[in-house]
Amino acid sequence: MLQVNDLHVTVEGKEILKGLTLTINAGEVHAIMGPNGAGKSTLSAVIAGKDGYEVTQGSITFEGQDVLEMEIEERAQAGLLLGFQYPVEIPGVKNIYLLKSALNAQRAARGEGEMPAPEFMKLVKEKLGFMKMDASFLQRAVNEGFSGGEKKRNEILQMLVLQPKLAMLDEIDSGLDIDAMKVVADGVNSLRAEERAILLVTHYQRLLDYIVPDKVHVLVDGRIVKTGDAELAKELEANGYEGIEESVA
Amino acid sequence: MASEEMEQLVRREYKDGFVTDIESDTLPPGLDENTIAFISKKKGEPEWMLEWRLDAYRQWLKMEEPSWAHLDYPPIDYQEISYFSAPKRPEDRPQSLDEVDPKLLETYEKLGIPLHERAALAGVAVDAVFDSVSVATTFKKELAEAGVIFCSISEAIRDYPDLIKQYLGTVVPVADNYFAALNSAVFTDGSFVFVPEGVKCPMELSTYFRINAANTGQFERTLIICEDRAQVSYLEGCTAPMRDENQLHAAVVELVALDDAYIKYSTVQNWYPGDEEGKGGIYNFVTKRGDCRGERSRISWTQVETGSAITWKYPSCVLRGKDSIGEFYSVAVTNGRQQADTGTKMIHIGEGTRSYIVAKGISAGKSDQSYRGLVKIGPRAKGARNFTQCDSLLIGDKCGAHTFPYQEIGNSTATIEHEATTSKIGEDQLFYCQSRGISEEDAVSMIVNGFCKDVFQELPMEFAVEAEALLNVTLEGAVG
Repeated sequence: MLQVNDLHVTVEGKEILKGLTLTINAGEVHAIMGPNGAGKSTLSAVIAGKDGYEVTQGSITFEGQDVLEMEIEERAQAGLLLGFQYPVEIPGVKNIYLLKSALNAQRAARGEGEMPAPEFMKLVKEKLGFMKMDASFLQRAVNEGFSGGEKKRNEILQMLVLQPKLAMLDEIDSGLDIDAMKVVADGVNSLRAEERAILLVTHYQRLLDYIVPDKVHVLVDGRIVKTGDAELAKELEANGYEGIEESVA
Repeated sequence: MASEEMEQLVRREYKDGFVTDIESDTLPPGLDENTIAFISKKKGEPEWMLEWRLDAYRQWLKMEEPSWAHLDYPPIDYQEISYFSAPKRPEDRPQSLDEVDPKLLETYEKLGIPLHERAALAGVAVDAVFDSVSVATTFKKELAEAGVIFCSISEAIRDYPDLIKQYLGTVVPVADNYFAALNSAVFTDGSFVFVPEGVKCPMELSTYFRINAANTGQFERTLIICEDRAQVSYLEGCTAPMRDENQLHAAVVELVALDDAYIKYSTVQNWYPGDEEGKGGIYNFVTKRGDCRGERSRISWTQVETGSAITWKYPSCVLRGKDSIGEFYSVAVTNGRQQADTGTKMIHIGEGTRSYIVAKGISAGKSDQSYRGLVKIGPRAKGARNFTQCDSLLIGDKCGAHTFPYQEIGNSTATIEHEATTSKIGEDQLFYCQSRGISEEDAVSMIVNGFCKDVFQELPMEFAVEAEALLNVTLEGAVG
C-alpha cells in the first residue's frame, strides 16, 4: 500500500532522512522506533505533506500514486491520515464542524454526496461512545482547552470517523496515563482491517503491549537499521538503541 | 417631476448671482453657498431647510478636518468634488448585462446574488428589470397599512416637515464633527423611517427597495424614528460591490428610540475596492448615532464591512433613558492595502443602562486596522454595565491590528468588562485542517467564520448568509 524508496529529506539545510526504505502492505500494523532526532516525526510529516521538508532524493507511492505530486488535502482524501503528536488548537471552529467538513470533503473526492445529517450524528455518537468521550465535546472548539489525553483521543476519534486507508500515528501515547492509553489502544485496534494499514511512531515499547505490531523498524540516524517483529521492541527496551546500533555496525 | 419641468423651475426661481450653467443637471466641482442653494432647489425644499443647510455650511467653514485617526491618506480637496449629479439617464446606462464589466458579474456569481437582482445592481436601465417595480409596490402597500412611513429623506422634508423639524439634527448636531457639518450642508439623498406608537414594522426595511436609480448619494442622510413600543429592523447596503465614481462618502445616520422602542440597524457593505495600490478606492467617513431617548429603549448596530480604501466610522449609542440598551456587533475586514479606523462609542447617561460591544477585526494582505472604542459612564448613570470584547485575527505577516480602548468612568457603581484577543491563522492550523482533507481555502473560510460567529448570528438571516459569502470572496488569496 505504501512504498517509500531511498528517501532523503532535508530540513532547514540539514539532512534528516538519509535513504529510508519502507514497505507497508494492507492489513499490517507497523511500528517505527528510534532515538530522538532519528527522523521519526520527519517521516510522517513528509508523507502527510507538511511545509518545510525538502525531498532531495527518493520516492513515496501510496496505492500506486506518487504522493509527492499530491496536495496535502488530496493525500488525506485518498485515505492517508496523520494523527499529530502535538495537535494544534483551532478556536472558533467546533469539533463537529471539522469532522463534518473533513468527512464530506473525502466523500466529495470519491464522487459521493454529503452524508445526511442524521446519519452523520449517529456515526459520530457511536464513535464517541467507543472512545468514552462525552457528546459535549462536539460543541467545543477543536482542541481548545483540551488536556493532552483529550487531544490524543480526539485524534483517534477523527480516525474512527474518517476511516483512513493508512493511519499514521505520531507518538500517540505521549502524555497519556494507563487508562487513557487503553482507550486509545482499543480505538486503534478497532481500526485493524484487511484493507487498512497502521503505522505507529513511538518512543516506548509500552504502547506496543496494547497494539501488537506485525513489524517493528528501528530508525537511527535517518535510516532504518533493523526490522523485526514485536519481539524486537522488547529487545530494544532491554538493551536500548545503542545496543542495536552496535549490533548493526 | 420630469427633467424638463425641474429645469424650468430652477431657471425661474434662482437666486441672483448664480453663475453656473443652469441648463445642465450636474454641478461642476466646487462648493460655496450657491452650490447649496442649487441642491436645495433641485430637491424642491422649503426655505427653512435651505437656511438649515447654509447654517451648517457656515459652521463647517470654521472647522478643521480631524487628523487623529490612525489613517494615512492624501488630503481631500473639497473644491474638486462635484456636489450634485443627476442619476444617469436610461440612455447612458448599460442596456443589458452584456455591457457590464465581466469582473463585476463574476463577483455577483460568487456572492450568490439572484440573477434578476444583478441587472438592477449593475445599474442597467430600470425598464429592463421587470420584477423590481411590482415588488416595490406590494411592499409599500403593506407598510401603509401598518402606518409606517418609509421614503427618501427628500420626500420627507417635503411631505412631513414637522417630523423633520422635530428630529433632524437632534442626534448628530450640525457642528458635531467636520464631516457631519459637511453632510448637513450638502446631503442629497437618504432614508426616512417613522414607526408610530405600538407598531412593529411588518417587514425588514431594505435600502434596496428605495434605490431605483442605482446612484448612491455620496452624502446620504438617514433618519429613523421609533415612537413608544415601536420596532423596526433596517438593512443597509448589500454584498454586491458598489460601483461608484464618487470617492468620498460622508453619510450621517440618526436613530431615535422612545420608551420601550427597538431599532435594529444592520449594514453589510462591500465597497468596490481600489486597485492593488489602494488607488481609486472609496473613503468611507460616516457618522452614525443612536439616541436611546426613552426608558427601556434599545438600539443595535450590526455591521459587516469591507472594501473601502479608507474607513472611518463609529456607530454609537447615547443611552439616555433609564434601563436603555445599546449594542454594537461588528466584523471589519481589510485586505490589500486597505485601512480602517473604526469602533463605537457608548455614552451612558441614564441609570441602569447597559451596553454590549463585540468587535471583530480581520486583517489580511498589507492592510491595517484599528479598533477605537469609548465607553463613557456619566455621573448619573447609577448601576450602568458594559461588556466589551474586541478580537483581532491576522492573516499572513504583513498586516496590522491595533486597539485603542477608552474608558471614562464617572460613577462608582458601574461595572465594566473588557476582553481582547489577538490571534493569527497559523500555518499549523491550516495544515491540521488540510491533513484531514479540507482544502486550504475552505480551512481559512472555516476559521474565519468561526471567528465571526458571534457577530453573524446577530444579522438578519438573509444578510448572514450573504456576509459569509462576502468574507470568503474578500479573503480569496489572502493566505500565501
